[in-house]
Formats: sequence, C-alpha cells, structure tokens
Amino acid sequence: MADTKIIVNCETGEVQELELTAEEVAQREADAAAYAAQKAAEDAEKQAKADAKAAIADRLGLSADDLATLLG
Amino acid sequence: MPDTFIKIATVTVGSGGAGSIDFSSIPSTYTDLVMYYSLRDTGNGINAQLRFNADATNSYSTRRLYGNGGSATSDSLATTSILYINGLNGSTTTASTFGNGCMYVPNYTSSNNKSVSIDAVDENNGTTAYAFLNAGIWNKTNAINQITLYAGATAFAQYSTVTLYGISKS
Repeated sequence: MADTKIIVNCETGEVQELELTAEEVAQREADAAAYAAQKAAEDAEKQAKADAKAAIADRLGLSADDLATLLG
Repeated sequence: MPDTFIKIATVTVGSGGAGSIDFSSIPSTYTDLVMYYSLRDTGNGINAQLRFNADATNSYSTRRLYGNGGSATSDSLATTSILYINGLNGSTTTASTFGNGCMYVPNYTSSNNKSVSIDAVDENNGTTAYAFLNAGIWNKTNAINQITLYAGATAFAQYSTVTLYGISKS
C-alpha cells in the first residue's frame, strides 16, 4: 500500500509527494470500515424488503414470475 | 451556459502509487468546478472517494444509480464522512484498465450547501462493468478551496490521472 499523498497547490503549481501521517492512515482505515458497514446496512434493508415481498407473494400463492409480471 | 473552461491543474500518479491526491489552494475566481478523472486502484478498490476542505465530519450524502448491463440498482449513502464518486477500476477488472468519471460542482464559492453531480464508468474486458450516476451533497456553506481524492482500498495506481478545471461565465 502506497502510504504517500500527492499535493498540488493550484495557485503556484507546486507539487509535493509526502508520506501519510499516522492520523491519515487511521482515517483511511476508518473510511473503509465505515463504507463496509453502511453498505452492509443498505444491503440488509434491501434484502429485508425483498423477503417481505416474497412472503406476501407466497401467501397469495404467486410465483416469482407472477410477481415480476404484476410489478412490471 | 458557461463559455470558458480553464484547466487549473493535472496530477498523474507516478510509479510508486499514491494513497491520495490533493488539490489545494483552489482559486475562488471561477463559477463552477469540473474534475475529470481516470483511476485505477492497486488493490480491489471500487469506489473513489473525496473530501472538500479536508472535512471528515458526517456532512456528505450520495445517491447512486448504477447498472452493469444485466441489472440496475440504486443506493443511498447518507450522512457519511466522505463523498463516493466511483469510476475506479481495481484488481477485479482487466489489467491496466482505468475507470473514468466526471464530477461537476456548481457555485463552489457560494454560501449554500454544495451539490455535485457525477457520472462514472468502469472499463473491463469481462462480464461485469458498471456505469454510475451519482448525486451528492456536502452540507457545508464554506467555499471549496481544497479537494482530496482517496483510493478505495489501497492506492491509486501509476498513470491514474485527475484534472481539475474551472468554469467561468466570462
């Protein structure tokens, strides 16, 4: 993993390549964990809705194809 | 419609890769900002991300509509500490290919919250590649003077390129 950052100063055009600080490395790891958690929650919510829909279809005796046709 | 489109700066990542790319001291003399990017992650990253003005508080939200030719879906990444802009190829895509994207930031110096629009695609000589349309917001009223991009998983690979443009009305 490249623990460097490229910084360009848009006023002067100066470009620097620096090592990430310990705080920046920790932030990167926290960002990755936060995305994974949020995406997992989002996916779980979608799955719960799909499961609820399937349960209703089951009670009505509808197949997945029937449901897809109804919902177009 | 804007009638000028001026390059502010370009960064191309060197052989060592880069964990982040930072545009600092962005002039406030334009009306809008546009950023074009061509990115690859050295690991399995799929989401390029960014922050404005190094703000890592939970002040960003992203709505994404995306599809891969077989199915389309959407999701909402609300109240996050980072903005998801996608357009990042990783190790699961064809070697040496890059994701591409464009982010438009209107009225970046205004005292309102900052909305952004993003379109981005993967490039993949395989069965799955995605196209994204993202709507984002940064819930801060500060003028944007810094944009920092982050690789999704590890680091931006060599030849990843980002160019920032300013749009002026006159």
